[in-house]
Amino acid sequence: MEAKTKDLWVFVETNEDGTAKNVGIELLSPGKMMAGKQGGSLVAVVIGSGVDAAVNDAATHGADKVIVVDGPEYKQYSTDAYAIALCTLVEKYGPTSMMIGATNNGRDLGPRVSCRLNTGLTADCTALDIDEESGNVAWTRPAFGGNLMATILCPDHRPQIGTVRPGVFKKGEVTAANAEIVREDIHVDAKDIRTQLLELIQDVDGEKVDLEGAEIIVSGGRGVGGPEGFAPVKALAEVLGATVGASRAAVDAGWIAHSHQVGQTGKTVGPKLYIACGISGAIQHLAGMSGSDCIVAINKDPDAPIFDVADYGVVGNLFEVLPVLTEEIKKARA
Amino acid sequence: MNILVCVKQVPDTTEIKIDPVKNTLIRDGVPSILNPFDGYALEAAARIKDKDPDAKIVAVTMGPPQAVAVLKECLAIAADKAYLVSGRTFGGSDTLATSYILSSAVKKIEETEGKFDAIFCGKQAIDGDTAQVGPEMAEHLGYPQVTYGLEAEVDGDGLKVIKEMEDGKAVMGVKFPCVVTFTKPAWDPRYPTIKRKMAANRAEIPTLDDTMFPEMDTTRIGLKGSPTHVKKTFVPQKKSGGVKIQEADNETGAKKLFELLSGASII
Repeated sequence: MEAKTKDLWVFVETNEDGTAKNVGIELLSPGKMMAGKQGGSLVAVVIGSGVDAAVNDAATHGADKVIVVDGPEYKQYSTDAYAIALCTLVEKYGPTSMMIGATNNGRDLGPRVSCRLNTGLTADCTALDIDEESGNVAWTRPAFGGNLMATILCPDHRPQIGTVRPGVFKKGEVTAANAEIVREDIHVDAKDIRTQLLELIQDVDGEKVDLEGAEIIVSGGRGVGGPEGFAPVKALAEVLGATVGASRAAVDAGWIAHSHQVGQTGKTVGPKLYIACGISGAIQHLAGMSGSDCIVAINKDPDAPIFDVADYGVVGNLFEVLPVLTEEIKKARA
Repeated sequence: MNILVCVKQVPDTTEIKIDPVKNTLIRDGVPSILNPFDGYALEAAARIKDKDPDAKIVAVTMGPPQAVAVLKECLAIAADKAYLVSGRTFGGSDTLATSYILSSAVKKIEETEGKFDAIFCGKQAIDGDTAQVGPEMAEHLGYPQVTYGLEAEVDGDGLKVIKEMEDGKAVMGVKFPCVVTFTKPAWDPRYPTIKRKMAANRAEIPTLDDTMFPEMDTTRIGLKGSPTHVKKTFVPQKKSGGVKIQEADNETGAKKLFELLSGASII
């Protein structure tokens, strides 16, 4: 299709309680810069049920306009309902580009929508800009397990669509809301939603692991040696108010649930502080956490690749380093 | 029950190294493997066949002629038939063009194998990591999709799929025909038996080449038919200037780390 405007859209995914997922709000920050360079407005698209909180969040984080589709059929994500709503909106308004957070649902929706609109999609981007030469969005993403970065353009099809990893961009400052709010009534019949959520199964350890939203993450890898080896990792996480992460090696060994996994086949995170304990730093792990503001590594192997990305590294035994570090922090905060 | 499993031959990305002088990928000598997520999709199909021995599993890949190696592996593990989709004009296709070609191939293969109830794919291939071809095939075919599947069982005229969510799992119901993409479950694909391995080695694998799709819209395939183009590739830069503490004893190291972190107001 042809673009009807120079606007850049950010799809803001919502939770069941009507709040926005972090990544949608994060994307408004680079979105502002890119919309400016493209000479259009920044439009947030909010789909869900009872989504006033998400609309307000988008309006106070830089959106010029918020398009809202609110209805009970959107309370739980479904590929069919969301694809119908989003494609209807794109066909009506004709944005030149669109970003979607690369959550599980975003990566389910993005290809479905881009295929229906017969346009290109670049998945899992970690850097965004406007290509000076052509004016197209320059989508940069890791490939080959993070060994290589590729910058992709979509020159002749509109809208240009990309999914962008959570935690790569930071939420902007809260501003006064000046956004124009447009409500669109799009109803999807139950018979057109061809998948059905039958049951939700919570993780065995019962806790909700919010790695993407965490400010501090303490992660354990192969070096913790077993499930009980996570004890000093968890103790440090507790004094710091941090979330516990893990490398694939620790998850594959069954020492901790997959919901804790950081890396290519786990979560992508961008906390202020990431403490890697007994993690060698395979490229697949680095792909998931190298966007952290400050990286601390504790590993007994001085040549471990994790030290190549660490701001601070300790060569040593984590079972002796972590308890001392935890004690020092406790003392300082007492 | 008729299941199509879509697979891809990929370089083993855990074996890829960076040339420290030229700063490029060294791909020579890197083994080609069956994309691991496709192996999980095949195992999910095999587990359905375990319960329903009349079920048929067909594997398909699009790629160069040497990609038959992964089809033979699929035959050895669990597939009953395999097809290679290969053609010069297919080369350079991005995910949208690839999914268009594969969805055309599905219809072609169905002329011989009968209609597929379910199409299983890996969540993503470990070279491109896009996770797009499965859902895009579903859209081309007009089928519902379930992504991030862990296991699937037949439930009446459809499937019950356990899928991975960000904070747990969900059981999804979907009717045939459908597309399901699979992520890593708690198990690996089964090992082939010697007998199956030998049969796979002897198996004839038909090739569907680009002359066999007269109805295909050639403006939608290959490099020219692909909406996305790679502008450049580069090797990510390493961070420099990190502080590495190497003390004779761990306690001193830990205390030094604490001082540095609190001095920099990080904790």
